[in-house]
Formats: sequence, structure tokens, C-alpha cells
Amino acid sequence: MDGPAIAPRDAALSIRGLRKAFGGQPVYSGFDLDVRRGDILAIFGPNGCGKSTLINMAAGLLPVDGGTILYDGRDVRDVRVGYVFQNYREALFPWLRAADNIRYPLRRMGLPKREIEARLDRLKAEFRVRFDLARYPYELSGGQQQLVSVMRALAVEPEVLFLDEPFSALDFETTLDLRALLQDVLKRLGVTTLLVSHDLEESIALADRLLMLTRRPTTVADDLAVRLAWPRGSATLSEPDFVALKRRCLAVFEAAVAGRPVAA
Amino acid sequence: MKGLVAPVLGAVGFIGLWWLATVAQLADPVLLPSPAETFRDTVAAFRSGPLGHDLLRTILRTVQAFLIATAIGVPLGIALGAKERVYRSVEFVVDFFRSTPASALFPLFLILFGVGEGTKIAVAAFGAALVILFNAAYGVMNARRTRVLAARVMGAGEARILWDVLLWEALPQILVGMRAGISLALVIVVVAEMFIGSTDGLGQRVIVAQSLFESGLMYGVIFLAGALGYVLNLTFLLAEKRFVHWSGR
Repeated sequence: MDGPAIAPRDAALSIRGLRKAFGGQPVYSGFDLDVRRGDILAIFGPNGCGKSTLINMAAGLLPVDGGTILYDGRDVRDVRVGYVFQNYREALFPWLRAADNIRYPLRRMGLPKREIEARLDRLKAEFRVRFDLARYPYELSGGQQQLVSVMRALAVEPEVLFLDEPFSALDFETTLDLRALLQDVLKRLGVTTLLVSHDLEESIALADRLLMLTRRPTTVADDLAVRLAWPRGSATLSEPDFVALKRRCLAVFEAAVAGRPVAA
Repeated sequence: MKGLVAPVLGAVGFIGLWWLATVAQLADPVLLPSPAETFRDTVAAFRSGPLGHDLLRTILRTVQAFLIATAIGVPLGIALGAKERVYRSVEFVVDFFRSTPASALFPLFLILFGVGEGTKIAVAAFGAALVILFNAAYGVMNARRTRVLAARVMGAGEARILWDVLLWEALPQILVGMRAGISLALVIVVVAEMFIGSTDGLGQRVIVAQSLFESGLMYGVIFLAGALGYVLNLTFLLAEKRFVHWSGR
């Protein structure tokens, strides 16, 4: 493992002794993880290894059976988090216009109207939004809807952003565009991000650090720093460093799931 | 406009067949008057008879029953749907009475409310309320889980989630329930007007016309009741399109 050692004060998120079981089947039994402030951590692993379970517990959407998940010593309820769901169609509120979807968490925070509008304008500029946010989500393309989801998650200026396979429902071209836009904004704003992905290439391309998980009960198969230069465009994907990293990850992945058939 | 051609042709065809049947004297003219006679008798009953008043009374009773049913069924359905375990415990009772023909309850309601206006409205409201309650509860229970989680992660508490997410998620289904509810209320009101102490209303008029062999008028009232049901249904369909524009998206 060449995962960087993280001093406690640099950690945005610390998980200690995490335990979780479904129907008596342990998924996590004593899992530890520290995430450095400002890092994009990609979590990659075989189907059913509990990638989404991990971030759902971290986001406070799923109770833990044991252990602690702390944000600089605080519980998730006292922390601003953003969450982007895989299925944007079921995550946005279709009865609200796109702009009102983005305003929603800000209204929940009780921000004054002027501050809400200022943040909305800032986000529009950050993401260079050219489509009409006065439309309803279902009037937008899939990529635009997921972009609205991302803006809604970032509107609260989260201390940690969770992305649960944010591109898996999008076509390839849209994925490339949105991925480039997202890495640009996340790096510029320095948002601590946990990205769950089942796409190895995407995980490497977007991450500062890649966590590879094994089958259940889940442990860390490998934890490696991704030291490729930013910004990472499509050219990055064919650079020797990238290719070498991907080859190593594939070997780790195959070892991690060895002995069991890999689900399609 | 083009969409209107087929239904109009269908209606004209239906009246044409009816007219041919009377011309060919396929049935006794007392049993099957011609379309023209039906039209004439109905217009006359509107002009100088009680038909306008009857129509108004039936609409009024139906709307009253529907409003009571909505006021009870929607909030109760949402509350029960939000607590799924509670709903499961009352589901059998709701389903049972929803499946019970409302007309079988007439005697019971006559004892409870006496012979009068209240009884007709109460039976209709009872039947419609169960349909509306059932739909509202299912609307809430079938709310997309991701949307609830999304609201929770954005800091919404349980009460907020009910108000900001579950209610909206259930709205398409609530309107479906209201549409079914008002149709059912009309059915029950018309039957009640026939059999429980009425002096007016479309149900009363149709049964009086039948017993007096005013078959032209009888057919006219039947079509009037049909038109009323159709218009009520159409109104709700249009309201659904207008107010729950996101339904199914």
C-alpha cells in the first residue's frame, strides 16, 4: 500500500472499526479509513462489496452496526454534506423547476433570499451552465439533469461530497463532458469527495486516491495515490503512467475477486 | 381538432343506428323511442319541467359528497400511508368496505341518518372516501425512496419530508383517487335518488319517467346522467394534466 499517511487534523473524514451486516452477513467488520481534506477518493470494487453502503453510512442515510464515522470529531448530522445519486431521474424533484431544485437545500438551511440567489449565480458560472434552469428536470437531457443534481449537492458548500456512480446512467459522450466539468470544479473549490464507481478508468481519471475493496467481508485490497497531473483530459487516458496504474489496479482487482466468478 | 373527428363520427354512427332501429321498428316504440322524440321530450322537460332542477340537485349532492370524501380521505390516506405499519393493520377493513357495494349500506345509513338529504350524501361520501383514502395511502407508500433520501441528506426532517416530498409524490395518485371517487359518488347519488325518499334528482326523474312510460324522457335522463359522469371524469383528467405535469416522468 502506498496510500498516504494522514495526520488527524488533515482528515476531513475518519472511519474507525466500522461494522455493518445485512441479514447476518457481515459486509464490514472493523473497517478503518481516513480521507484527507480536499482529496477526491474513488472507491472501486466488485459488485456487492458494499461501496454504496459505505458512503450511505458516511452520509447518514444508513445506520451503522458499530464503529464511528466522524468529520473532524463531529457526527454527520452536524456536518454539511452533498450527495449525488446514480439515478438523477428519481433524485431530483420533478415538481420543482431545475433552479428551485438547486435552491431547495439552501432554503432548508434557512439562508436569506439574496444569499440563495448569489450562490445559484455562482454555481451557474462555475459550471458554465448554458441551458435554462427555469425548466422542469424532465425537460432536460440526462446529462443536464445530473449536472443539476451536482449543483444541488454543491450548493450547500459541503464539507464532503458523495457521488454514487454519478455517470453510470449517462451515455459515453455526456460522461466525458460531465467528468471534465466536475473535476475542474471540484479541484478548483477543493471539495473533499468520495466517489463510488464501477468504472476503473473513471475512478483513476477523477481521483487523487483510489481505494480498491475486496469481496465481502469487505477489506481494503489496495490503497494508492493517483499522482497524475491535473487537468486530466482524454489524452491522460493513454499516457504511460495512467496505463501502468490501470494495469496494476486490474491485477489487484482480479486477485481480490479470485476464486469467484466475476458478475457481468 | 383532428382528434375530434373519430369520436364525433362514432357518436353520429351510434345515433344513426338507433334511428335506423326505430325506423325499421325493431322494437316497440314505447320501449325504444326515436332519437328525435327523445331529444324533443328532454328539451321540453328542461323548458317547462323539473329536469334542470333535477340535474342541479344531482350535481350538488355529488359535489357535496365528493368534498366531504376528499376532506376525510386525503389527509387520512396520507397520514396512514406515511405510517405503513398502521396502514397494513387497517388495510383489510378499508379493502373490505371498498369492495362492499354501497347500495347494500343504504338500510344501515337510513337507520343512522334517517330518510333525508343527509343519508344520500353520507352513503356517497362514505364510498368515495374509501377510494380516495386508499389511493392517497398508496401514493405515499409508493413514493420514490431516492427522493426521500435526497431530502433527508439535504437536512429535511420527517415533517418536512412529508410536506415537501411525500405529498408531491402522492399527488398524481391522489388525483386518480379523486377522479374515481367523484365517479363513484355520482353512481351512489343516482341510485340513492331512486330508492331512498327522493322527490328530485336525475335518479328520481329516470325512475318516475319509466313508471309513467315517458320513455323519451327516460332515455334523455339516462343520457344526461351519462354526460354528467363523462364531464366530471374529463374535468379531472384535464386537472391531472395541468396540475401534476410531472406525473410518470
